[in-house]
Formats: sequence, C-alpha cells, structure tokens
Amino acid sequence: MTTYFKNIYSALYTVLVGMKITFKHLFIPAVTIQYPEVKLPMAERVRNRLYVNMDDCIGCDQCARACPVSCITIETVKSLPTDDPGKTSTGKKKALWVTRFDIDIAKCCFCQLCVFPCPTECIYMTDAYEFAEYNRDNLVYNFATLTPVEIEEKKVNFAKMEAEKAAAKAAPKPATLPASEKHSEGGAA
Amino acid sequence: MMIYDFFISIFHNELIAAFLNSIIPVAFIVPFALFAVYLERKVSAHMQDRLGPMRVGAHGWLQSFADILKLLQKEDIVAAKADKKLFNIAPVLTFVGCYAVFAVIPFSSAYIGANLDLGLLYIVAVSGFVVAGILMAGWGSNNKYSLFGAVRSAAQIVSYEIPTTLVIITIIIVTKSLNLYDLSVNQTSNMFNWMIFGGYVEGWHKIALIPFMFIGFIIIYISTLAEVNRTPFDIPEAESELVAGYHTEYSGMKFAMFFLAEYANMFAVSAIVSAIFLGGFQSPFGYLGSTLNLPWLIPIEQFFWFASKGIFFVFVQMWLRWTLPRLRVDQLMAMCWKYLIPIAVVNLLIVALIMVL
Repeated sequence: MTTYFKNIYSALYTVLVGMKITFKHLFIPAVTIQYPEVKLPMAERVRNRLYVNMDDCIGCDQCARACPVSCITIETVKSLPTDDPGKTSTGKKKALWVTRFDIDIAKCCFCQLCVFPCPTECIYMTDAYEFAEYNRDNLVYNFATLTPVEIEEKKVNFAKMEAEKAAAKAAPKPATLPASEKHSEGGAA
Repeated sequence: MMIYDFFISIFHNELIAAFLNSIIPVAFIVPFALFAVYLERKVSAHMQDRLGPMRVGAHGWLQSFADILKLLQKEDIVAAKADKKLFNIAPVLTFVGCYAVFAVIPFSSAYIGANLDLGLLYIVAVSGFVVAGILMAGWGSNNKYSLFGAVRSAAQIVSYEIPTTLVIITIIIVTKSLNLYDLSVNQTSNMFNWMIFGGYVEGWHKIALIPFMFIGFIIIYISTLAEVNRTPFDIPEAESELVAGYHTEYSGMKFAMFFLAEYANMFAVSAIVSAIFLGGFQSPFGYLGSTLNLPWLIPIEQFFWFASKGIFFVFVQMWLRWTLPRLRVDQLMAMCWKYLIPIAVVNLLIVALIMVL
C-alpha cells in the first residue's frame, strides 16, 4: 500500500519536474541556424574546393604528380624567347605557357597533397563547399587562362620554333662549324 | 439570444437554421486544426531548442496552409488488398465521431449545437464512434501494423472511458445535471464557483469538495489524454513501432481527415474538461460587457475564454508530449486499472458521502 501511494506521488512529481524542464527549454534560444542565409564560420584550415591562382602558376606539374587520385591534368607549352608569359608574384619568370589546367573536383579526395609541393603556393584549398552540380561534367574546373585561339597559337609557335631549331641543326652544319671554329680559335687566341 | 434563434428569425425555416447552426463548429474546428498543427510544430521545436517551420511566411505561419494544399493535391491511394468499403468509410466515421461531440459543447452562452439534457452522457456514448472508425481503418487497411494500432487504440480508449465516466458521475452527483450548458452557466464568472473549486455548492461541502475535485480533474485530464491517443499514451500510432498505426495506409484527403479528427478531438476533450471543471465559457474575472453595459459583447468574450481555455489545455497536451516518453502497453493498462479507476471510484464514493451529509 505504501509503494502504491509512493508510486502515485513519484509519478506526479516526476511529471512536474519534466514539465518544468521542457517549459524552460521553450524559452531557451534555438540552436538552429537558418542555413543558406546564416552560415557557421569554417575552421581555419578546412579543406574544401581547390583553387588555382593562374597568375602564379608556372606549370611545373608537381601538384598533378602529387595527386593520389590523378584529378589534376596539366599541359604546358614552352614559351618562345620572344614571348612573355609573365612573372609570378614572387618575381620569378615563367617559362611555360599553361595551356591546360583541369581539376576534376568530382574525383578530388581533398587530401591537400597537391598544395604542399607547389613552389609558388598558387594552388590552395578554399572554404567554398557549396558546388553541387546536376551534371558531372560541370565539376571539371578549367583554370587555364588562355583562350583556345591563344593555345593554338602558342602550340603552333612552339612547333615552328622546334622546326626552325631542327632545321637550323640539320641544314647549315658547315655554316655553323666555321663559326665555332672561329669561336674556338678566338678562344684559343 | 441563441444563434439558432437568430437564424430562425432570419430564415423562418427550422431546417436551414439547424443546418447553419450545425456548420458553425466546422468553421471553428478547421482554423483551429490549422493553428494547432502550427502550434504543435512550433512548441515541439522550441522545446527541443529548434526553430520549427520558418520558411513559409514569417516564422512559418503559413506552413499549415501549405501542408493542406499539399495534401489536397496528393493522390488518393487505396491498397489493392484493402477492404475498400471499410477503408473509405473509416476516416469519415472517425471525423463524425469527434464532430458529434462538438454538438453538445457550449461555445458561449449564445451558442451550443444541441442543448441536450443528457449532454455528458451523450459525449461518453458518441466518442465510441471514434473507436469504430479507428478499428475500421485498421482492419480495412489489411496491414498488420494498422491492425495492431487499431486494436491497441480500441483497447486503450475502451479502458480509459471508465475513469472518464467515473469522474463524470462524480460531477453529476455534485451538479445534479448532465446538461453541459447549464453546467457552464451555473459555474458563473466567479472563478471560485468553478467545479475545480468545489462548484456552486453551499456551505462546508464546498470546502470539503475541493481536494476531491482536484483529484477528479487530474484523473479526467489523464484519461481524456489517453482517449485522444496523445503521448504518453500514443501506442496506437507509435511511429517507432507501428509506422503510423491505423492511418499508415491513408494518403491525401483521407489522411487529412484523420489528422483533422485528431486535432478536433484534442480540442474537444480539452473543451469538455474545461466545461466540466473550469467554468467552460465563463470568464474568471467577470465581463467587460456587463461593466460597460454592452450585452452583445458578453457572448464574444465568453467565446474568447472558451477558446483560450481549450487552447491552453491543447498546449498542455503538447507540453506533455515533449516531456514524457511513451508508456508500454502493460504500463498503460496498469495505469488505468490499478491507479486511475480505483482512485476514481474512491473519489466518487467520498464525493457522494460529502453530498449526502
């Protein structure tokens, strides 16, 4: 009989205690964030979408080689001595035209291994994480800044230069030989 | 003047007047259900430190309308192996069952659907319709979870009718009336004439009745909570065990019907509890209409008090929902048969003794 009344008492009492707690929570500000409008700040070293600053890229291909999933594709063309591919922000002269710099972000595993070898620190992780696409092809990001026409031009230029060089090497051998002789003579003298 | 008489004075036709009179609760239930769904979602969200619906309208106030719009567009699916007749009639019957209860609930001194002298008994009788509807839904769906839910619901409602009825009998002993309208009118706008404070009884009886009225109030609140299948008594639609109980197979408007019935029922039991114990439509502090000598204002104020009391108890139901875990079936039955019924019986005997002396 005592347990019976104790049960009744504890039931009513615990219900009231629970109700007090829930009532308190009714007025506690919600922890929810209205996501697309309000976003939580990201941690300092988050690894999200890759970005390449093409002004600084020298086309050294080290990031592509470091990538464990081969999601970076780089193609380069040597610049002519008369060309000016520009300088990096550290003042280093570029020697290559980067004709293709594609990152397939769908493949990317966000390991950040491409970031460390970069000599100019031009490839890095940003904090952008909303880049879902309906079409997978849209996830291949093209970073190359040259237009297709320019790329074609650079390729032709380079081929021309190569051809010229080869021609120069092959054809006027006798013409260059005396010059070298002269040079060596001069050196000797 | 009652609204029914007003209709008669306009149309001079009892049929039209009765029809219009019977439609009034719908005009209250549907907006109430929309509001209650919104309230439920907001209350549950804030009790869990969430925000709840925020997108549709400012703070999501249009969310219920959007939901209803969605439900209206939904395909009406009937399972191939379902018993179509029972399946189709069940939501209607469930809604009719709880709508019929509204017939004897006095909304204000100017409106009561049917001023029955057996109002309280009528409520007890007619709420059995809901059980029939739920059983039909569970059986007609031809789905084991639906049937489980329906059987549990029937067992629960039938068990918990007993303490409800015992408390109602206790009230009848004190008031000597089954008429809810008279009950509400007699409780007057003085708060201490309400049944929970011993009612409009004279002398020492009133003081002696107060604790037993409190007990009766708690019992009837718990048992009506169980009758409307709300947490902690929601085993008929325990979503973690039975998908959604008896309305698992329903979609579109039929589901909306069940939903409407559930919310209408929540309000109905709250209104009954407040009509029996808390003065129904009576204001706790007198009327502005009588102080300003504006008799037409009084029914409107009374409706306001009636609605606020009902909504407050609906809020308490929601509050309990987010406070208490679900009872197991054996706990549920133990609660009813070992605690509520014996206490209600003893309470009834004591109240009878007090009234006899």
